[in-house]
Amino acid sequence: MTVKNFLYVNRKAPYGTIYALESLEVVLIGAAFDQDVSLAFVDDGVFQLTKGQNTDGIGVKNFSPTFRALGDYDVTKLFVEAESLAERGLTPDDLQEVMYEDEDDDWAEKPSIKIISRAEMADVMAGADVVLSF
Amino acid sequence: MAYEVNGATVEHDEEGYITNLGDWTVELADVIAAAEEIEMDDERWEVVNFLRDYYDEYQIAPAVRVLIKALKKTMGPEKGNNKYMYELFPYGPAKQACKIAGLPKPTGCV
Repeated sequence: MTVKNFLYVNRKAPYGTIYALESLEVVLIGAAFDQDVSLAFVDDGVFQLTKGQNTDGIGVKNFSPTFRALGDYDVTKLFVEAESLAERGLTPDDLQEVMYEDEDDDWAEKPSIKIISRAEMADVMAGADVVLSF
Repeated sequence: MAYEVNGATVEHDEEGYITNLGDWTVELADVIAAAEEIEMDDERWEVVNFLRDYYDEYQIAPAVRVLIKALKKTMGPEKGNNKYMYELFPYGPAKQACKIAGLPKPTGCV
């Protein structure tokens, strides 16, 4: 079977709409099918990865810890657009740490999040076989 | 639909997963296990406790593949394999162990 390269593009804030959570669920389900999966976070989507989220006041589940489980599902490429962060007054330090264990490197812990420029993001999108936008 | 534990009732859905995750107790786990015709022992508790810890940390019930990979790492290959897991939970570790652990049905498990 040919392994296709899937890119899930996340553009919306984590709460207020169901898009962010649905995207993550689709990623987790899709990860069972042995495809090459990457995630992109642009526009308000960058808020999905911010640390210290607290949803007590809005009565929905804080699903941000689930991003840290992605490594277990062999999803290890989370691309975050630098310009989207900067436009929202965020820096890479505002994002939670997401690590994965590299099977080919004696299970060394490595960061999954990569901050890239808008131009690089365009290349990532152009290089994907399938782009799913949320 | 509900389970009965020490005179109290705990709501569950049509498949037996409890409705309110906060309702879970060790006693309830035994009651759910009995409904599944499973007798809890140390080995099964090991899996159930692992699932609860995993949910606590990541807010999801892991896929079977992920569960087995993780158990292989923490408990060794004798326990981290499909055969062992299905011996403990004949109708599937995800379906039965998660139900006993009081977790929602795993994502992608139909």
